[in-house]
Amino acid sequence: MWRSLIPIAVFAVLVWFFNRGLGMDPRIIPSPLIGKPAPEFSLPVLGDRSRQVAMADYRGQVVMVNVWGSWCSGCRAEHQTLLAIAATGEVPIIGLNWKDEDPAAEKWLRDLGNPYEVNLVDVEGRTAINFGVYGAPETFLIDKQGDIIHKFTGPLYWQAWTEELLPLVRQAKEAT
Amino acid sequence: MIPELGQFALIVALILSVVQGVVPLVGAQTGNRAWVRLAWPAVSGQAVFVFLSFACLVWSFLQNDFSVAYVANNSNSALPTLYRVSATWGAHEGSMLLWVVMLAFWGVAVAARSKHLPEMFAARVIAVLGLISFGFMLFTLMTSNPFDRLIPAAFDGRDLNPLLQDPALAIHPPMLYMGYVGFAVAFSFAIAAMLEGKMDAAWSRWARPWTTIAWVFLTLGIALGSWWAYYELGWGGWWFWDPVENASFMPWLAGTALIHSLAVTEKRGLFKSWTLLLAISAFSLSLLGTFLVRSGVLVSVHAFATDPERGRFILAFLVTVIGGALGLYAWRAPLLKSNEGFGKVSKETFLLANNVLLIIALLVVLLGTLFPLFMDAMGGGKYSVGPQYFAAVFVIPTIPLVLLMGFGMHSIWRRDNFARIARRLRVPMGAAIVLGVALPWMLYGQPSVMTAIGFTAGLWVIGTALFDPVRGLLDKSRKVRVTRGTWGMIVAHLGIGIFILGVTATESYSIHRDQALRIGESIEVSGYKVTFESLKPATGPNFTATEASFVITRNGEHVVSLNPQKRTYRVQRNPMTEAGIDGSLARDLYVALGEPLGGEAWSMRFQYKPLVRLIWLGCIFMALGGLIAITDKRYRVVVKKENKASGREALAGGTS
Amino acid sequence: MTARQQRMLIVVLVLAGVGVATAFGLRAFQENLLYYYTPTQVQAGEPPLNRKFRVGGLVVPGTVGNEPGKLEKTFDLTDNGAMVTVHFAGILPDLFREGQGIIAHGKLNDEGVFYAEEVLAKHDENYMPPEVAESLKQIHGEEPSQ
Repeated sequence: MWRSLIPIAVFAVLVWFFNRGLGMDPRIIPSPLIGKPAPEFSLPVLGDRSRQVAMADYRGQVVMVNVWGSWCSGCRAEHQTLLAIAATGEVPIIGLNWKDEDPAAEKWLRDLGNPYEVNLVDVEGRTAINFGVYGAPETFLIDKQGDIIHKFTGPLYWQAWTEELLPLVRQAKEAT
Repeated sequence: MIPELGQFALIVALILSVVQGVVPLVGAQTGNRAWVRLAWPAVSGQAVFVFLSFACLVWSFLQNDFSVAYVANNSNSALPTLYRVSATWGAHEGSMLLWVVMLAFWGVAVAARSKHLPEMFAARVIAVLGLISFGFMLFTLMTSNPFDRLIPAAFDGRDLNPLLQDPALAIHPPMLYMGYVGFAVAFSFAIAAMLEGKMDAAWSRWARPWTTIAWVFLTLGIALGSWWAYYELGWGGWWFWDPVENASFMPWLAGTALIHSLAVTEKRGLFKSWTLLLAISAFSLSLLGTFLVRSGVLVSVHAFATDPERGRFILAFLVTVIGGALGLYAWRAPLLKSNEGFGKVSKETFLLANNVLLIIALLVVLLGTLFPLFMDAMGGGKYSVGPQYFAAVFVIPTIPLVLLMGFGMHSIWRRDNFARIARRLRVPMGAAIVLGVALPWMLYGQPSVMTAIGFTAGLWVIGTALFDPVRGLLDKSRKVRVTRGTWGMIVAHLGIGIFILGVTATESYSIHRDQALRIGESIEVSGYKVTFESLKPATGPNFTATEASFVITRNGEHVVSLNPQKRTYRVQRNPMTEAGIDGSLARDLYVALGEPLGGEAWSMRFQYKPLVRLIWLGCIFMALGGLIAITDKRYRVVVKKENKASGREALAGGTS
Repeated sequence: MTARQQRMLIVVLVLAGVGVATAFGLRAFQENLLYYYTPTQVQAGEPPLNRKFRVGGLVVPGTVGNEPGKLEKTFDLTDNGAMVTVHFAGILPDLFREGQGIIAHGKLNDEGVFYAEEVLAKHDENYMPPEVAESLKQIHGEEPSQ
């Protein structure tokens, strides 16, 4: 009689593992940059190439850097969330337009809305590499000292913002 | 309009699936005949709306409706029509809809061919299928809707992944899903039997043809995937023990065990527990496999962000279906009694060993596939299990399995004696051992121990499979009446023998060479001389390419000219290798272009692969064997008898 | 030998067979269990020499090269903490390019130089929930085993 319970018991153990696996951070490559200074860059602004913006310009502020492209369906999936985050005014979002073409990127922002305080074009792709970007979308939180305090991989969803990112943003803003 | 219609149809189908799933089950429990009878119109109605929904999606692809996000992500106006259709199931959302279509199709098929089944039982089977459909449709509508609009519409689509623009891969998912979903039928039969509490052998007889057909499709689907990987991916491999491949192989292993176990349960009323658990496992593994690939639970090079909503839904679905089934099993287990016994050596023992060894093989694959997940979940770090583990350990249970297969085919039920079988098969035994060493030696070169074992095993299976037919041919007086069912077994096992020969030859004697070559240069491999003749640009409907020309000669005689390409697809812009292959049953010659190395040289890969086509030929024979077995007259005779029996019992007012 | 002794013999043989098979299986498993290291860890000397493991990172632009006309390629992988130089004597996968995320299977030789036996490239740069089986086929370049 007890033997017949073995299959379901084994299954229960499997389910437990799957559940843990689901809740885990799926990133294959953990970022070694957490706690280190964000890579320096000075990049042209999307739509106004003569203007340059540098990482150093944001020293003293907490910022969120979002890597995206108009070719990226995951970016589309997270766009609503970014717009909502921008609406809260908690933290300025700097866009890093990656492996994209200016007209396509500009059209995308026109059609879908622009959550970014400013959008920079990663002309050579070097900045993305320096940030350790593997794919889009990826989102980084940078504190007042210019250090990377968090990296979020994949499309950002609201729950991740409220539970993971927002507390860190608030904490960083309170620090001197 | 059309996408909205498609979504609406899917919602209607969802509602109908609830009716189909719940009402007949309640009716069967309470004895309400009208409710029981509702199963048939419900499944037909559900199917109509599912097909309509699918048709709307296909229409959107054909019409290049890029206002549908799924179409925009997977199609392009330059995409050839055939691939516009296959793009429908080329990515997650559409493939979920394909699952739903298959479920509807099998549901209608079972409903149509259920006249010989007792009404309550058949209704329960249809209802369980309805519940499964409900789960899939709910998942699709809630998390993976292929009809979501893209506003504003894209000007043109992102194009179908060039890898998928291929006839073999176009049909591979439908074949696989016919298999996976077919196992849902066996599963439903098992659940219905457990719900009824009637644990005699009848359900296994009814489930047999359905399971065999599902198995046939799954075999073909897996073979297609392997064939495609071989000629499309550019590197000559045919199986990589990739988690995704394993996810389709495990249900096949369980399904193979199930077919054999069903035979025993049907004929002798034995192995009831085995058969039930295997029926549950085959479908559970199908579910597990399909979802492992989609939920991010599996750590693979391709699994990145987990969508937590999807992942948890899938897990909840798995828990409900599999947990429910296993719970039912635990509840009904006391009813599973057999009064029969069987001798130490008998067909039953061989088939028991068959079950055990196939399960061990399955566990070997399962362990390797899930281990990285376990380690990660326990915080042990990121591991991956290399393919060599699978290749090495998989043969451990399979060698004895193959050996016993030969004997098992020729043993009799209840009580047999090993000496008798061995004596009978001494010719194939001797021939396999001798030829197993001599044949590869003569054809290819001195065999290693494993190679000799492989050739011996393959020849042994072929010899024992063909033993009776060949004897009947050679000596008319010894002709034995062979039923279709037995022919099916002969052909399918023949396929396995052919498959083993192909794998052994390829893995033992293949030659690969990567080389840097300039135009005019050549390499010599295994008697073949491969010369790099020329390089020129080429174009296709949606790509541009660099095409190389290679001439292969042997002993000075021209064998073949091959033209491999390096393609760049216009939209997605990833380079792709199109290999040049000269194939025959005896061997494949394989040339693939690498990249420019500077100094006017290009890297190229040449491969010589003996008997590699036997791998897929073997699979075709296996599938053919299954098809032959299904056409056995036994099933039709039984139908007539069943009609009489159930007719009489229905009149007497009892349940049957 | 009595029937009982015969049975005992069979049982012992079967158990021995199972034992050997299990030991063999576990050994094959252990040998093919590839642990994953980052370039930072590789540079810190964490992975053992002469044992196969995986390393992953981004291909550093400007470091991909080969001697003109020669097959063997070298390139650097980085995780922005450190770099690892990878040697590969096969044909690189189609998706391999600068700035791409890749994973290499291989060993460190006695001098601490990493020779890859297999290089796998990411399917595309889009993070989305995993798609259908077919489009997930590993696209990898393998060093031909002679």
